[in-house]
Amino acid sequence: MTFHRFAVAALATFGLAAGTASVSAQDTVRIGTEGAYPPYNFTDSDGNLVGFEIDLANAICEEAGVTCEFVAQDWDGIIPALLASRYDAIMAGMSITEERMEVVDFTRMYFTTPARFIAAKDSGLTETTPEALAGLTIGAQSATIHANFLEDLYGDSDIRPYPTQDEVNLDLAAGRIDLLLADSSATADWLETDDGSCCMYLPGDYTDPEYFGNGVGIALRQEDDELRETLNAAITALEADGTIDALAAEWFPFLANE
Amino acid sequence: MTDLGATPPRVSPANPPAERGPFGLDKPLFDRLLVAAIILVLAAWIIPNINWRLVDRYWFRYLEGIAVTFQLVLISVGLGAALSLPLALARLSKRRWLTGIARGYITFFRGTPLLAQLFLLYYGVGQFNDAFEAIGLWWFFREPLYVAILTFTLNTAAYQAEIMRGAIGSLPKGQEEAAMALGMSRWPIFFKVILPQAYIVALRPLGNELILMIKGSAIASIVTVLDLMGITSLAYARSFNFQAFFWAAALYLIAVEAVRRLWDVLERRLTRHLALSH
Repeated sequence: MTFHRFAVAALATFGLAAGTASVSAQDTVRIGTEGAYPPYNFTDSDGNLVGFEIDLANAICEEAGVTCEFVAQDWDGIIPALLASRYDAIMAGMSITEERMEVVDFTRMYFTTPARFIAAKDSGLTETTPEALAGLTIGAQSATIHANFLEDLYGDSDIRPYPTQDEVNLDLAAGRIDLLLADSSATADWLETDDGSCCMYLPGDYTDPEYFGNGVGIALRQEDDELRETLNAAITALEADGTIDALAAEWFPFLANE
Repeated sequence: MTDLGATPPRVSPANPPAERGPFGLDKPLFDRLLVAAIILVLAAWIIPNINWRLVDRYWFRYLEGIAVTFQLVLISVGLGAALSLPLALARLSKRRWLTGIARGYITFFRGTPLLAQLFLLYYGVGQFNDAFEAIGLWWFFREPLYVAILTFTLNTAAYQAEIMRGAIGSLPKGQEEAAMALGMSRWPIFFKVILPQAYIVALRPLGNELILMIKGSAIASIVTVLDLMGITSLAYARSFNFQAFFWAAALYLIAVEAVRRLWDVLERRLTRHLALSH
């Protein structure tokens, strides 16, 4: 019992000391990323790490007054390598989940791909409230957050569950359904194809965390509280001055609403 | 020739002794006790573990689902029965081209998976929605339920045609010859002499086909029809509780068992004039 207490106290002190040291002493934050998940982060033909998160990390580090250094690491080992201090933070399109929160801490969310309704270009729909869509047929992939969202809030519409997103897309193109709801990153490519040319996003981004998750954040070791505060402040500042939106629009062109 | 559904009287030299089961009990009594014990154990295991929240939230939708399943099956098996007669006749025809067409149809629908047929009709037609709109059929092919009914009808018609062909072929030639000797002409012979007898022969396999369609209709859920299986997927996706599938299995089982019993009654009634021996 006493030994446990001692161990916990020692670990806490050590962790706190290490955490304090990591920001002020080094002034360099090493960021682990995968380098294989475009457009979040990937490796260009010259072997350089590029992507939305590389640009964003540089902006965050500049804002926080530290130097960024990138370390490429395969996805499988990306959390273990953080815990082993090969780097201090992960920016790799990593969604904030309960499961990961047990092992690492996250900064606040810096990005999320919103869910969006898609309808035929000539549908004449401008609004996507439950009242506006009452009586219409809406498709979604079954067992997804999007289907759940529709089931719960669009009770006056006819909700059709499909096995895969491809089939939802097919039936929207065929005109069997009036709209579909899906993650915008999952439908952006399809809208560029011949089949998808029938249709377009309707205005309105859906990101309610209760349904659509907590977005993407920077993962840190749980003891690095100071680093987390520093990065959170930087993210907040970049959100406020529009830097994040500008970078997102650059790397995720489909996010720019019409 | 015909399975009358009745056990033939057992012919044994000595008075047959009652079969002995374990524990000195009669075999039939022991079997019944065994079944009762299994049911009790299952019930004791299942009932305390029932997720009442799932039941409470979805019981009504399950009932709606089974109504859709029955609608789907009864309409398509009924229409399929109507379609199967001309098909069976074409198959038995002496005209080679007619036989060829019927044979091709039956081979296609019995030889390919129902799932593939449904996908082909549903998404295949969907690709040419403009053309179907032009000929005024899109309103029909737009609805998943209608397309599912059409596919199931075409599919079951092929199976039922083979059943009817076999049943008609199994009747003794003398039936037709006797009717001809009475001066009946071709179609009255078929409808009044051949067909009623053929249906008695076909009753069992047609019942099997109905049961197969009840279970096969679960496929309709992949084109968004909210039949029993569709509701089950929905309930599972929301609750992540495997009991959703348990209830589906139980309801399918009840539906099939009900049809089986109905068929027994039907068969006993329709064949009572044949039960000569007792």
